[in-house]
This record gives sequence, structure tokens and C-alpha cells, in this order.
Amino acid sequence: MNTSIYKSRKRKNTIGLFFSVFAMGLGMFVLLWILFVLLSKGFAAFDLNFFMQSTPAAGSEGGGMANAIVGSLMMVVSCTLISTPVGVLAGIFLAEYGDRSKIAGVTRFVTDIMLSAPSIVIGLFVYAIVVAQVKHFSGWAGTIALSLLAVPVILKTTENMLRLVPSTLREAAYALGTPKWKVSLSIILRAAKSGVITGVLLAVARVSGETAPLLFTALNNQFFSADMSKPMSNLPVVIYQFALSPYENWVNLAWGGALLITLTVLGLNILARVFFREKS
Amino acid sequence: MTQETTDLKNAIEVKNLDFYYGKFKGLKGINLNIAENKVTAFIGPSGCGKSTLLRTFNRMYDLYPGQKAVGEINLYGENILEEGRDLNLLRSKVGMVFQKPTPFPMTIYDNIAFGVKLYERLNKSEMDERVEWALNKAALWGEVKDKLGQSGLSLSGGQQQRLCIARGVAVKPSVLLLDEPTSALDPISTGKVEELVNELKNDYTIAIVTHNMQQAARVSDFTAFMYLGELMEFNSTSQIFLKPNRKETEDYITGRFG
Repeated sequence: MNTSIYKSRKRKNTIGLFFSVFAMGLGMFVLLWILFVLLSKGFAAFDLNFFMQSTPAAGSEGGGMANAIVGSLMMVVSCTLISTPVGVLAGIFLAEYGDRSKIAGVTRFVTDIMLSAPSIVIGLFVYAIVVAQVKHFSGWAGTIALSLLAVPVILKTTENMLRLVPSTLREAAYALGTPKWKVSLSIILRAAKSGVITGVLLAVARVSGETAPLLFTALNNQFFSADMSKPMSNLPVVIYQFALSPYENWVNLAWGGALLITLTVLGLNILARVFFREKS
Repeated sequence: MTQETTDLKNAIEVKNLDFYYGKFKGLKGINLNIAENKVTAFIGPSGCGKSTLLRTFNRMYDLYPGQKAVGEINLYGENILEEGRDLNLLRSKVGMVFQKPTPFPMTIYDNIAFGVKLYERLNKSEMDERVEWALNKAALWGEVKDKLGQSGLSLSGGQQQRLCIARGVAVKPSVLLLDEPTSALDPISTGKVEELVNELKNDYTIAIVTHNMQQAARVSDFTAFMYLGELMEFNSTSQIFLKPNRKETEDYITGRFG
């Protein structure tokens, strides 16, 4: 009796399904296209020189990305070492100590703003307070800019992960006469460990591809340098400069660098998933 | 009402205790004594305040702003509700086991050692002994002695609960509070925990909240029946179950309400 209603509902369903599959297909197509181009052009640039030699001067042949790889690695590692304790401890404060206090509310608000702040603003900020003061670009300035981007991410995930720990576990720890700092560090943080590590990894993945904040801080260095107080080469800025250049070997190197960053971020994301899965 | 306990030494004496969740009065004028080395059971319908009462004995409610207790709770003569009490020290003397098993995210060994390390400095062999002793007390040693290095979370629910009891026993408290310790367990694990309660009362004063009337009858020496935040009747368990003084008590234990 209601076959007409049934039919029209079925038709609507088909149309809805068609559009959602189409949207998914479009997304997948673009993503795979990007990956395909990146892989085909990037892998062509990978050879021993890519990892062993520094960036070539304009017009000269060959060259590699060694200085940029090492520079990026040093800045990202220092950024991780700085932002992990800051972000995790602040997250503990928000979840366990501050809770509903005014200072916690303000911190949360500022964190949300920092999370959505364009990274170029962070770069300009560090340029103004560090680079303009010491009068030269440096790896440290780059590290500070990256840390300012990473801390809010780590802080937010840490707080959220700590809040997921059931209050029964918290009570059980207190019931033994455990002092508060020990409950937070030895029980709650440990229970949320995999989630917190996931947050750190995702923050690292996020900052390792950032170009804008490094453009104004670490700038670039054509030569190999492990001195963090000097301008420092790094993958994103080199890619940015080389990709726009007219030299074929520069453009190829830029493709290789882009692929390297993509693979690193992919690796970090996989690692984060592995850690998070261990939890359950 | 409390004549039964007068010839026994009291571990806890509760005098005119009121409890507030914000403005809501959760406990009204509670008076009762908890005898040393006996099991005192608290029964009553959900929301009657039995867990609330238990949580005043180690001031667990202090974790939550807005909750407060007024009156007197004397633990071996000292009023624990007084201002400025060291709550960590209090809680090391009044242990608690919760409804759901709450093993810490660490090894079985460390689950036990964690609490001990807070208040005692033991060397490795003394700690090994203490861990074994506590696990034995909780009737768990035989099942876990070969896997002390495994995570406490790898145990079954019943084993986890006994691990939590072992953890509470390991710090050698004088009172052990059990808040519906078997409500999340299967009958076999429940039986084990009940046997344990019988064993433990030789060394500890035990207060247990339970929804299970048979359990109260099986394990306790004294039973308190609570209703709507008030202590309706408190007496020896046999008295409560065989010849209750109040109609409400009889109705509740015979299953006519609640």
C-alpha cells in the first residue's frame, strides 16, 4: 500500500548515496593524484647525493639536501624536547589542578586561539621578539617558533587524555594516601600515556612541515651548519625557494624534499596510531 | 540502638553526622559505632546514603568541592573531620576498595608496592615479602606468583578486584572500607571475596556497603539499615535479619521495597 513512499525513499537514498560516494571519490582522487605526482617526481630525486651533499649554488649542477635535512631534524628535535614537558605539564595543570579556576579558563582560551592562529603570525611574532633583537636569523629562533606551534597541540591532547581517565582510578590512588602530585604523575599520566604520546607525535608531525614560521626565523643557509645560533637550513624553506626557481636540479631537489617530509609525517602518524592502539 | 557494640572496642565512632552535597542533605544525624576487628555491613536502597557514609570515613568526599560533613567521626578517639587533618595520612590508615576494580596501569608487583612505598622504606627483599604477604591475604598469590611482572590490567575482573584488596591490605591500614566490592563480579569471584572478608577481619576492622542482602547476612557481624539519608536500624546482623525492630527494615530485607 505504501509502495510509493517506499520507492521515493529508496530513490532519495540512492541519490544521497551517489553524492556521498562521489564526494569521497573526488577526495580520494585528489589525494592519490598528489601522492602519485609526489612519489614519481620525488623518488627520482632520491639518490646518495640527495642525502650526502648540501644544497647547490644557483646554476651549479647536482647537490643534495643534507644541510636542510640535518637543520630540520635539529630544529624539530629541539622543539620536541622543549614543547613536550611544557605542554604535558600545562595539560596536567589544566586537568588535575586548575580545573575550573580562572587561570585555567584563561589558559584554555589562549590555547584555543594559538591552535587556530595562522603559523605565519607565530613566525612574525618570533621575528619581532627574537630575530629583530639579536639582529640575525637563527636555528634557535626557528625552534622557538615551532615550539609555539607545538605546545598548544600537546597541551590540548594531554588535557583531553587525562580527562578520559576514569575518576574511579583517581579515587583509588587517593584512597591509598597518595599525595596529589604523585597521583597526577604516577597514576593518571601513566594511565593516559599512549594518548599523550600520540598527541606529541601529531604535534611533531604538524610542525615538521611548517614553512611560514621558519621563513622569518631560521631563514635558510646554503651551507651545512649544525650551529643553532646561526641561520639554519631546513626542508620546508628550501622546498619553497627551490620549487620557485628556474633551475631544473633545484626543482627536482624540492620534489625530493617534499616527498621526504610527507613520508616523515606519514611515519609519525602511523606511529601515533600504533601507540594509541596499544591502549585498548 | 548501639548496645550490642558497647562491650567491644570501637574503631570508629560517628556522632551526629550530617552530610551535604551542596544544599542537599545526604546524611541526617547519623550515630553509630564500628567495632574493631568486626565486619559492619551497610544496607539500604540506592541513594540511601550508605556509600556517602562510607566515603566520610576516609574523607574521600574532600576531592569534590561542594561536599561537606558536619559532626564528629572519631577514629580511635581522634576526630577526623577536624580542620587541618593530614588526609593522606588518614587515608593510609583507612583503606578503601571500590565497586569497580581499579588496578593501576603498572605491573602486578608495582600495584602492591606503590602504596607501601608511600609510607615505608623497605629494601628489595622486604618489599618482595610484603607483596607476597599482601597477595596471600587476598588469596591471589597462587594465581599470579609467576607473572608479577605483568600488567595488573591483564588479570580477570575478579582477580583485579582481589589485587585491589591486596593493594589496600599491603599498606596495613587499621580500617578497610569496601564499597560494593562484588557488584561487578561473577558469583565465583564474589564467593572468593566474601571468604576473604571473613579472613581479613582477624586483623582489620571492615565496613562494607552492599546491595546484596545475603552477602550482608553471610559476612557481617553488625548491620546498619539506612533509608533516605537516615540510619533506620543498627544491630547485630542476626538481630537485623531475624528480628528487626522496625517495620521498614523488615520490609526491605524481605524485598517488599527498595
